[in-house]
Amino acid sequence: MDPGIDDLTARVMAIVARSTRLPPGRVTPESTFAELGLDSLDAINIAFTIEDEFQVAIPEDVLKTVTGVRQATDGLRLLLAPRAGAPGSA
Amino acid sequence: MSRRRVGVSGVGVVSALGLDRHAHWDALAAGRAGIGPLRLERAADLSFSAGAQVQGWDPARWFDQRALLLLDPFAQYLIVAAREAMADAGLEPADPRLAERTALITGTGLGGQQTEDDGYLEVYGRGRPRVHPFTIPRAMHSAGVSQLAMAIGAGGPAFTLATACASSAHAIGLAAWLVRHGMADLALAGGSEAPFCWGHLNSWEALRVMAPDTCRPFSIRRRGMVLGEGAAMLVIEPIDAARARGAAVYAELAGVGLTSDAGHITQPAVDGVARAMRLALEDGGLAPERVDYVNAHGSGTPANDPVETRAIRQALGRQADRALVSSTKSMHGHMLGAAGAVEAACVVFAMRTGTVPPTANYLGPDPECDLDVVPNQARPHTIDVALSNSLAFGGLNAVLAFARAEA
Repeated sequence: MDPGIDDLTARVMAIVARSTRLPPGRVTPESTFAELGLDSLDAINIAFTIEDEFQVAIPEDVLKTVTGVRQATDGLRLLLAPRAGAPGSA
Repeated sequence: MSRRRVGVSGVGVVSALGLDRHAHWDALAAGRAGIGPLRLERAADLSFSAGAQVQGWDPARWFDQRALLLLDPFAQYLIVAAREAMADAGLEPADPRLAERTALITGTGLGGQQTEDDGYLEVYGRGRPRVHPFTIPRAMHSAGVSQLAMAIGAGGPAFTLATACASSAHAIGLAAWLVRHGMADLALAGGSEAPFCWGHLNSWEALRVMAPDTCRPFSIRRRGMVLGEGAAMLVIEPIDAARARGAAVYAELAGVGLTSDAGHITQPAVDGVARAMRLALEDGGLAPERVDYVNAHGSGTPANDPVETRAIRQALGRQADRALVSSTKSMHGHMLGAAGAVEAACVVFAMRTGTVPPTANYLGPDPECDLDVVPNQARPHTIDVALSNSLAFGGLNAVLAFARAEA
């Protein structure tokens, strides 16, 4: 694993590869879905897997803006942020 | 409208008897059944234990992992059988005729049943809040034909019809008519089914039509049907066109007879079946006296086989005692929506090889099924005209008439 890749990005990259059956090595932090040959149906599948794995709900308007690994990770970070800052959390 | 003589120039099969037409036919000619103990989670909770399941299926042999995300087994079988049929007919996927003038017509009773079953297990059984987003594109009845069109680049009319156990016979009949009347230059027609998932088998069990042991059509001590799975596809084209490009024609697809019993949702009716047989012969301009072989619907249920016997007698008259009749469901199982197509394939193989496949698992004559049903052993027999009967639940009958393709 590239030490420059944070844990959340790595997990999103793994989800993208796993849910689309692409070789993991093809997916980078900067990959766009278009570059990877993925379409809107793949994006829905990726979102489904992210929602499952992180127990979040990705709103439709957010999903529309996700066109690659970077946006997916950034969007996910925002969805997770309130949870991390919630009272009683570490 | 002009009428062209239409024939079968290619066949592809996936069944419990094998993963291509050669393996399938070799088993049929040897009288070898593909029926065995169910391989399925929770099979022990069912009151029947036999199935004719496809053996040794490795999807990765035919599809890449990405494609498989969207392919229920019923679509996988369909595409593999269609590719084989095309190769048999000497057609390449890039053939320009596929682009606009080829019809794809498929039948399935269930569509992507395993995908639906998986989804319901998640939400009802495991209490998860939702199903996978690919459930609809995998499970819709037309998913198979859409995926096939994409796989071979076919841009003409393409659709799937569902008439339960006659689905693919209706599909082949319609394809023959489209090509006969010049509405398409070529058709790939047939069907596929993949019913082996617990929820669906449970529905069959509830209907009390499943044999606890094996499928014994027309036999004493027959106790019902055994489900099968797989696909069969035929290439249908004008006989002249096939020969002009050097393709061998198995048989002329001469006539199609379609009727509805308008009677009962599960019980077949003699008149409706006999009428479909007569219509198929009339459509092909064939006299009943020319019928040498009937591939019967022969589901092996106590109800079906005597009714079909009487229908064959009514339609063929005295010829019923001269024609051979067999039910190959005794070997490949009841493939539901794919049954008509796989049995049409059996008929054209029988015509090409001069061998009638037997009715396997036969224990002895039932006076109510008093036809020559070719018990247990294939028989050499020259076939001039043959019929393939498909009788669906709900009284929807489709009969295909095949004739030797004259040189």
